[in-house]
Amino acid sequence: MSFEERQQKRAQIRSMFRSNVRRRLLVDKIVIGVVVACALIAIIPLFWILGTAVYGGLPALSWAFLTEEPGAVGSGEISIGPAIQGTLIIIGLSSLIGLPIGVMGGVYLAEFGQGSRLAKQIRFYMDVFMQIPSIVIGIFAFLAVVLILGHFSVWAGAFALSLIMFPIVARSTEEAMRMVPWTYREAGAALGLSKAVVTMRVVLSHAKKGILTGILLSISRVGGETAPLIMTILGSSVFFEDLDTPMDALPLRIWRFSLQPYDEARMAGWGAALTLVLVIFAIHVGVRYFFLRDRSGKSLSETLRLRRHRG
Amino acid sequence: MVTENINIHYGDVHAVKNMTLRFPEKSVTALIGPSGCGKTTYLRCLNRMHDMTQSARVAGRVLLDGADLYDKSIDPIYHRRKVGMVFQKPNPFPTMSIYDNVVAGVKLNGVRNRSILDEIVEDCLKMAYLWDEVKDILRKPALELSGGQQQRLCIARALAIQPEVLLMDEPASALDPIATQKIEETITELKKDYCIIIVTHNMQQAIRCSDYTAFMYLGDLIEVGKTKQIFERPREQLTAKYVQGQFG
Repeated sequence: MSFEERQQKRAQIRSMFRSNVRRRLLVDKIVIGVVVACALIAIIPLFWILGTAVYGGLPALSWAFLTEEPGAVGSGEISIGPAIQGTLIIIGLSSLIGLPIGVMGGVYLAEFGQGSRLAKQIRFYMDVFMQIPSIVIGIFAFLAVVLILGHFSVWAGAFALSLIMFPIVARSTEEAMRMVPWTYREAGAALGLSKAVVTMRVVLSHAKKGILTGILLSISRVGGETAPLIMTILGSSVFFEDLDTPMDALPLRIWRFSLQPYDEARMAGWGAALTLVLVIFAIHVGVRYFFLRDRSGKSLSETLRLRRHRG
Repeated sequence: MVTENINIHYGDVHAVKNMTLRFPEKSVTALIGPSGCGKTTYLRCLNRMHDMTQSARVAGRVLLDGADLYDKSIDPIYHRRKVGMVFQKPNPFPTMSIYDNVVAGVKLNGVRNRSILDEIVEDCLKMAYLWDEVKDILRKPALELSGGQQQRLCIARALAIQPEVLLMDEPASALDPIATQKIEETITELKKDYCIIIVTHNMQQAIRCSDYTAFMYLGDLIEVGKTKQIFERPREQLTAKYVQGQFG
C-alpha cells in the first residue's frame, strides 16, 4: 500500500470516530458538573450539622461550662468538665488497647497471612464485626466485664470501644499496606533484611498515611459512641476518680441533656455537641501534625556543612 | 508537525526553553540529551499530555495540519487522535484482552463495526510485528505477554487510532536487546507511513533508526540536523562532547 493510499485509509477510519466535538465537550461539561454537584451535595449535611451545632452551642460555651462539674438536674448548673475529661480518657484507653491489636492484625493480614485460609477467615469475621450495632457490643461488654466485676467501670467502656476500633484499624491498615508497591519489599529482601525489618521499616513507614487515616477514623467513631458507654461506664457528674468506677463522657452527657425538659439543658446539649466536634477535630489535627509533619528540615549538604563547622 | 517557541514551566523550573522544531513526514526524529534535559517534557506537550498534570504550564504553538494544538478552539481529544503515543514502560490496559487493547481507542471512540475492528487489529498488530506471535491468543489478557510483546502491543494500540504522528518516549528502555531490535525494526518499517518522534537515551539507537536528531541540554535545543551529521560532524562543541560520551 502506498503512503497516499494508507493516509487516505487512515482518514477514512478516523472519519468513523464520533466527531461531534461540540457535543462531546458539552457532555464532558455536564458530566463534570454532575460529579462536582454530587460532591457538594454530599458535604451539605456536614455543614448543616456543623452550623446547627455552632449556632446552638456557641452561646453555651464558657470557661465554667467547660471546666466545672454539672450540678443537680434542673439546678441550672450545667457544665461538662467531667465529660470532656472522660471522653479524652476513654479515647486514650481504648486506643491503647485497640490500636496495637488492630495495626498488628492488619500487618498480619497484609504481609504474613495474605491469601492463607486463616487470613481469609479473619478478614471475613472482621468485616462482619464492623457491621455489628454498637449497642450489641455494649451489651456484650456489660455481660463480660460489668456483671463479672460487679460494677460499672472505665475498663468495661474501654474494652467495648476497643472492640469497635480494631476491625476498622486492622482492615484499613491492611489496605494501606497493600497499596505499597511489591518491588519495595523485593528491594528490602535483596539487601538481606529480614521480613520483619522490611515490614516495619519499609512497608509500614510507606503506608503510614493510610494507616493514620484509619486510626483517626476509628477514634472519631468511638469518640461519638453512646450506646456501649451507657452499658459500661454509665455516666457520672463528678471528675474522674478511678478506672474501676463509673465515669462521664461527652456523648453520654449530650444524651442526658437531651432527656431533660429544661431550656438551659438543651442549650448545654448543643454546647457539649459542639465541644465533642472540636475535641475530635483537635485530635485529628494534632495527630496529623505530629506524625506527618515534614521532619526533613535541613538538607543533607547543609547538615554536613553545619557538622563540619561545629567539628 | 511543527513547534514554535515552546516554553514549559514546572512551578519555578523552566524545563523547556524556546523549542522551535519541524518534524518531517515519513521520517524518524530522535530527541537526545542527558537525563533531565526536558526531552520527555517536550515530547509530552506535543500531545497536550500536560493537561493531565496540573503543575506544568505550556506556552507556544504546536502546529499539525496547519491547526494550533494549543489554540483555545481546538479540542485536545480531537487532536490526540492524530497523534499516537507510546510510553516508557509498557502500559496495556490490565483488564482487557490483547484484541480489546488494540481496538480500545477505536471502539471507545464509537466504531462498532466488527469487520472493521477485526481488520484494524490484524493490520496494526502486523505493523507492530506482533501478529504472528499473538494471532491465536487474541482473547487472552494482555498482561500474559512478555514485556517486549506488551510494548509492541502498546505500539499497535497507538496505531489503531490511525494517527499521523507517533510519539515514543524511550520505548525500548525497559526491554532486552532482542525485543529492542524488534521495536527498532518496527520503527523503521513504520516510518514509511508516519512521522515518528522518539526520545532515547541510547545513542546507538538514535543512529540506527532515526533520520534526524535533535540534541537538548538543560531545556535548550542545542543542535538539530541529519542524524549522520549530528554524530559525525556536529557543529556545536556541546553536541560533540555529548555524542562522544564525554558527559551525560
